[in-house]
Amino acid sequence: MTTTMAPGTYRRPVRLTLIAVALLCAGLHAQVSDERLREAAQEPENWLTYSGTYSSNRYSELDQMAPSNIANLEQRWVYQTERIGPWQATPLVVDGVMYVTQRPNDVVALDARTGRVFWIYRYPTPPDQRACCGSNNRGVAILGDTLFLATLDAHLVAIDATTGGELWNTKVADKDAAYALTLAPLAVKDKVIVGTSGGDYGIRGFIAAFDASTGEEAWRFYTIPGPGEPGHETWESCPETPTTFCDPDAWQHGGGAVWLTGSYDPTLNLTYWGVGNPGPDFNAAQRPGDNLYSDSVVALDADTGELKWYFQFTPDDPYDYDSVQIPVLVDVVRNGVPFKVMLWGNRNGFFYVLDRETGRFLSGRPFVELNWAEGLDDTGHPIETPQPPGAPTFPGVQGGTNWYSPSYSPRTELFYVTAWENYGSVFDDAPQEYREGRSFVGGAPTSFAPAPGAPTVPGLSRGPLNTWTEAAGHGAVIAVDALTGEQRWKFEMTDVSSSGLLTTASDLLFSGSREGYFQALDARTGELLWKASLGGQIINGPITYEVAGTQYVATIAGHSLVAFALRD
Amino acid sequence: MGRRLLVVGMCVAGLALLVAYGSPDGRGRLGRLGVLGAVHAQAIGYEQADIEYGAAVYRAQCVACHGDRGDGVPGVDLPSGQFRNAVTDRDLRRVISNGIPGTGMTPVELDAAETVGIVAYLRNMNTDAESVVLGDVGRGLAVFEGKGECLTCHRVDGRGPRVAPELSAIGASRAPSVLRRALLDPSSVMRPINRPVEVVTTDGERVGGRRLNEDTYTVQLIDENERLRSFDKADLAEYTILTDSPMPSYEGQLDTQELADVLAYLVSLKG
Repeated sequence: MTTTMAPGTYRRPVRLTLIAVALLCAGLHAQVSDERLREAAQEPENWLTYSGTYSSNRYSELDQMAPSNIANLEQRWVYQTERIGPWQATPLVVDGVMYVTQRPNDVVALDARTGRVFWIYRYPTPPDQRACCGSNNRGVAILGDTLFLATLDAHLVAIDATTGGELWNTKVADKDAAYALTLAPLAVKDKVIVGTSGGDYGIRGFIAAFDASTGEEAWRFYTIPGPGEPGHETWESCPETPTTFCDPDAWQHGGGAVWLTGSYDPTLNLTYWGVGNPGPDFNAAQRPGDNLYSDSVVALDADTGELKWYFQFTPDDPYDYDSVQIPVLVDVVRNGVPFKVMLWGNRNGFFYVLDRETGRFLSGRPFVELNWAEGLDDTGHPIETPQPPGAPTFPGVQGGTNWYSPSYSPRTELFYVTAWENYGSVFDDAPQEYREGRSFVGGAPTSFAPAPGAPTVPGLSRGPLNTWTEAAGHGAVIAVDALTGEQRWKFEMTDVSSSGLLTTASDLLFSGSREGYFQALDARTGELLWKASLGGQIINGPITYEVAGTQYVATIAGHSLVAFALRD
Repeated sequence: MGRRLLVVGMCVAGLALLVAYGSPDGRGRLGRLGVLGAVHAQAIGYEQADIEYGAAVYRAQCVACHGDRGDGVPGVDLPSGQFRNAVTDRDLRRVISNGIPGTGMTPVELDAAETVGIVAYLRNMNTDAESVVLGDVGRGLAVFEGKGECLTCHRVDGRGPRVAPELSAIGASRAPSVLRRALLDPSSVMRPINRPVEVVTTDGERVGGRRLNEDTYTVQLIDENERLRSFDKADLAEYTILTDSPMPSYEGQLDTQELADVLAYLVSLKG
């Protein structure tokens, strides 16, 4: 006898099984394990950390877009934020969902294919927060199914990546002392690591790790060492009879902010962070000594925060040459010799190659015109050439580069950096006593301009008119050899640029500009291949990702997040 | 000039400016008041000591965002004396102490003396330490339109051509000392954006004009026929930016009194 099951009878278990499998798969996709973060380069369809991967190369293996078809790139969607102001964020993309921060301290989850919004998390930013330079937030981190947001009032918040619901909220530092957090956190193993902003307000900077599950602080590393700690001796005692104002407690408000996301080498279990300027910014006389670890890179054990090594780029800095850039970790083999290095395009105008296991200086050379130093000695220490009073110093206060993310392509073995060329400032110092929560800069740089009263190059943002012009400096994307720093090509722009860079496996380089152009260059030659005028300044880092077999490239221009893909 | 004359001049200028600013719309022009005598450009209604103290406060608390010249934030030109969120000094104090929600302007905690100083400085950013003699505004207008032939190129309040920069608000945007240098050595203070440019298109068209805006791929200008033109640089065979101003120097062309009078008139042009 043959038994025939009623229609639907056998389908139910199958359907349930399929649903279970689908849920399991969905659940697995939603979980961004620390293993996935370590191997982020292996899933180029996603953009899992601020800089794409732990090595911060901002290089993608995606190659659907290529020089041969880039002319067919077209806009697919636009998301417009409700708040105006410079937008520096880099989005994450996780399995088709994009997470981006917007002013003042929101997180938005969008469909990465259409730009339609799933949810918005709105952090209640206190009106009396004192973050330097506006409501900047550069992005979130993800671990498991949790997003991590650093806030302008110096809290760290965990958010459910699916619902946008808040899971925990930990106070990291005191906003009344002008501590703030503007960087995208870095998730490593079971911890979330952040650094503090406030280096122009006399904070004592630190990097701290928090348990990703509970928000409990796991370790803290002060970028300004206290009494008894190695490096404290570089905050030298004041002379018995100082000829100018000298602060005997300078280290207590010595700055050393950390406002960009660090990098991580899983094989060494070291996490690397760029440290900002000493405070006050411009009056070095009141804080004698090299002022460690200001303007340095520090290598910290990811589990304990223990300092393994440091390298200081600009000792006793009077120019606000923050070393808050992205540490780019690269493995290169030259002439059969493997190099495990860190590449650094510094605000002070020099490009550095460091051994990232030891911090040893390997090479360095200027990537822009500069005159504050005539070179570097064998240890990488600058041979300084201070300019006479009233004379311009190059690069100027905004630096040869700044927070704009660089890129490295393993195909070209070139390091790409956004640079400001022919840009100088006349520095002037002034004694300033520290007062909690207040700006603490110790002087003011004057823009070097060809005519008195000529407009200043805007430090953070610009409108649609360029009134300062090329006479005050101009921007460029510069490609240098990863090991020698030798310039290979340069793409010049009329205005200075604050855009991050992105390279791909098809030898494309994406760059933006303050002028509002989003442009694709040939990563090997610097030739312009494609451009689009987006109407607002691009001061974030472009990303690329893939959804349903289509490669997208996205950037933020003005108040709009824009995604492009090839025409079907 | 003796100290006594300077003081007298300051008083005259202060009175005149008080009258001007006391006009119903607060935008009265000295040019209509006909102040007599040569005077120094000087802050009005604020103590010099407060202005100097305010400058120090500004350098310590404000310069990181607003820049050393007060033009570091797009759309905000502090030296112009025109603020988007403040009209009165009380408004300024409120904005400073409370900040502007949703913008980069965070609250700034200042004590009473610092507040007085910063407001005094903000109201006087467009003056500078260089001593400048101002003459009679009415006579300056006459020289401007007559012997100086300034309306041959410049435009004020709807009169004159558009080839050279409009001057209707020049007194709000440029310091008196810079205006004086503009009269004597125009190229030395010509703003880079105003530089004359010459383009030759690939079609052979040759166009000269004054630059209005420029980016990596395009340039916008007003040509010699007062037309707004925009060019793709890719379409240009030649593009030249000149650094010499087409404006003639008035050194030796106007006497000291005439220069002071014209300068007084220019300073009075507040838009």
